[in-house]
Amino acid sequence: MSNKLVKTLREAIELSGLKEGMTVSFHHHLRNGDYVLNMVMEEIAAMNIKGLTVNASSLFDTHLPLIDHARKNVVTKIQTDYMSGAIGRFISQGVMEEPVEFRTHGGRPSAIELGVTPVDVAFIAAPSSDAMGNCTGKYGKSACGSLGYAFPDAMNAKKVVVITDNLMPYPLADWSIPETYVDYVVEVEAIGDPSGIVSGTTKITRDPIGLIMAADAARVIRHSGLLEDGFSFQTGAGGASLAAAKFLKDIMLRENIKGSFGLGGITGYMVDMLKAGCFQSLLDVQCFDLEAVESIRSNPNHQEISATHYASPSAKSAVVDSLDVVILGATEIDTDFNVNVHTDSNGYIMGGSGGHSDTAAGAKLSMIIAPLSRARLPIVTDRVTCISTPGKDIDVLVTQKGIAVNPRNRELGERLRQAGLPIVDIHELKRIAERITGVPQRIEKGERAVAKVIYRDGTLLDTIYSV
Amino acid sequence: MRRSMLFLPGNTPNIIINGDELGADAVILDLEDAVSPSEKDAARILVRNAIKLLKFEKSEVLVRINSMDSEYWKSDLAEIVPLKPDVIMPPKMSCAADVQAIDSYITELESRLGIENNTVKLMPLIETALGVENAFQIATASRRVCALQLGGEDLTADLRCKRTKEGNEIDYARKRLVCAARAAGVDAYDTPFTDVNDDEGIYADAEYAKSLGFTGKASISPRHVAAINQVFSPSQEDIDYAYEVMEAIRIAKEQGRGAISLRGKMIDAPIVARAQQTIAMAEELLMMAGGRYE
Amino acid sequence: MTKIVRRAYAGTIESSDVYVELEPCDCGIDIQIESVVLKQFGDAIRGVVSEMLQQFEVESAKVKIVDRGALDCVIRARVEAAIKRGEGEQI
Repeated sequence: MSNKLVKTLREAIELSGLKEGMTVSFHHHLRNGDYVLNMVMEEIAAMNIKGLTVNASSLFDTHLPLIDHARKNVVTKIQTDYMSGAIGRFISQGVMEEPVEFRTHGGRPSAIELGVTPVDVAFIAAPSSDAMGNCTGKYGKSACGSLGYAFPDAMNAKKVVVITDNLMPYPLADWSIPETYVDYVVEVEAIGDPSGIVSGTTKITRDPIGLIMAADAARVIRHSGLLEDGFSFQTGAGGASLAAAKFLKDIMLRENIKGSFGLGGITGYMVDMLKAGCFQSLLDVQCFDLEAVESIRSNPNHQEISATHYASPSAKSAVVDSLDVVILGATEIDTDFNVNVHTDSNGYIMGGSGGHSDTAAGAKLSMIIAPLSRARLPIVTDRVTCISTPGKDIDVLVTQKGIAVNPRNRELGERLRQAGLPIVDIHELKRIAERITGVPQRIEKGERAVAKVIYRDGTLLDTIYSV
Repeated sequence: MRRSMLFLPGNTPNIIINGDELGADAVILDLEDAVSPSEKDAARILVRNAIKLLKFEKSEVLVRINSMDSEYWKSDLAEIVPLKPDVIMPPKMSCAADVQAIDSYITELESRLGIENNTVKLMPLIETALGVENAFQIATASRRVCALQLGGEDLTADLRCKRTKEGNEIDYARKRLVCAARAAGVDAYDTPFTDVNDDEGIYADAEYAKSLGFTGKASISPRHVAAINQVFSPSQEDIDYAYEVMEAIRIAKEQGRGAISLRGKMIDAPIVARAQQTIAMAEELLMMAGGRYE
Repeated sequence: MTKIVRRAYAGTIESSDVYVELEPCDCGIDIQIESVVLKQFGDAIRGVVSEMLQQFEVESAKVKIVDRGALDCVIRARVEAAIKRGEGEQI
């Protein structure tokens, strides 16, 4: 068997047979500290290959050079589950001919596996790898923990190139992705900036309003009827979401509730809950901070899962289907409980579903925590600027001025009212907000479609227009 | 029910507009220390608008005006009194005459505006050595006085010592204030806790204040509000005892007995008053539907 | 009539506040607005500012507004403060 180790990135790209019109893919475990996507695209541009589709599980501000590549037609289509504001702004202004295809963290692997979005060459940034391509994210100077989003790429792409900055002797102990999927391995100086990859620690919010909402969220969970032995939970990485996890932990410890698993998006707070005995295990598709990375390395009860296992709707089953409660965010929510996490209220793209739709669909209780208004803009509208997650999957909205329960979930509404929680009709929440802020004028949608929002099952959920 | 009072800087819209969401029983819109001299005029207008147009439904509204040794206090009152705030907190009150000066000016304003006399209450802020010594005088200087507030920061400057977390240096002042307030039949509020980042220490500080007889405590940080509310809420024990007291009185009345005793103690007027207050608080807390921090 | 005799400003560009600047001019009322919620509340902001200028009988001024999502009552307060800082003799 010839050595897969290749001296340069260019060589790897040449060997992969990359040609005009093909699809390349990247995972986003190095987040805003990633060097690999830019490195690869720069090389591809220098090789004069054009018309590529980039399928990246998420894009961050650091990936801004992609816009230049788009202007020069190196990239003509983007497929992603999340796009940060800096890049989103250009897309919203219509810089690309072809609309961006937004999928979800569960829909992306599903589409790759079903051949809807086939990948020609997958570039896997790996914090540690051996020369045959056994690799992992758990060790190395650029360690990122779980490589969950890379699995579908590795397992389905026609060619797979592993790029590492920590080449280890064969065979790598404790690999995540086996060599059986890998074609080439390239060693580079650095695959990313550690400080951008994982935050030192993610912190709970200090904002008093955030803490109040978090406490209310914990109370909702407490009175939902779901908080008993065997409970499972996922929360976002935002400040208020983490605070809710902390309050929940206090309740679980006080009432001696032994949960089954924590899911995510794992932060040090979830690790604390595992260590405290609130959960038997953590199922981890992405590590957000150093504590999570250290835990996944050393604790057998903290397990890495692939994106498919996490949330694919076409898998025989996925973990989200067994989830009890998920806490999510929103930029907008309408009176039908449809949620927008793709754009801001002006229509500029600054996000994406990530795992939003998947977890909302799977969890028994999906809860949004959001302040009633942000800088004079009410969070509740008549109609969201963009539907990211359909209202049927959202159960509760927690704001600092009241809690709205989706009328579809009558039983939950009753329970929470009985428990003395401040339950308010969502139309009333909208009125309360507008009494304070004034009624915002509706914004005209632009003319060009700049992005499609594709639901986890492959259907078109909404279209995003230019600003 | 006024257990916690939260200072809000009077010139910061971001903080004021969310003022009554922070869980404090009362907010103190601050025109004094939180506002720089060049902004006193703008802050006054902002606070006036805030009281008038934002409905502070969940909190009582107090306003801390500027001190009498400044040029601002009369304009502050002229601007704010028409809005009929619940309480005005004049800083650096050192003697009865200070209180009376404020009182007269407010009376004048009230009468000019056709507001019923005595509508606006006063909570003198005691933060000088002289003020501490004159606390009883100050508390009885006017019918408007509903409570005394202790200002530890400025007081320690006057005492020429350091303000510490432990608070030994303000211990006499605390006790004197409570004594004076109770002797005058008004409430007493403790000074804010010094360490914004200490989420545990606030409990000890508030418990100590409660043990001395304070009605409640002021705070400069929203993070301390929940702790203060918790500490100054009646415990289940307190509530049970209060109901027992009222029951004992009811029974004694039925039986035509004059002297009432409960658990070996004579029940006199102060105990009854306390029991009634406790029950009122308990009912209000019940109405607030369980409170936020379980 | 209130005359604006000097350049005056009030408010800040912090979140939920509005920076209001007035300059004397012979141009009647000239209002320029920058806002983080321009599309949603641009008209409302203009309305409130005009109303306040009318209320205080300011007939001529160059007005610059830099808004960070301030509520009505805050805009009113800042415009009033700026007028009071910039006004000369009442005629």
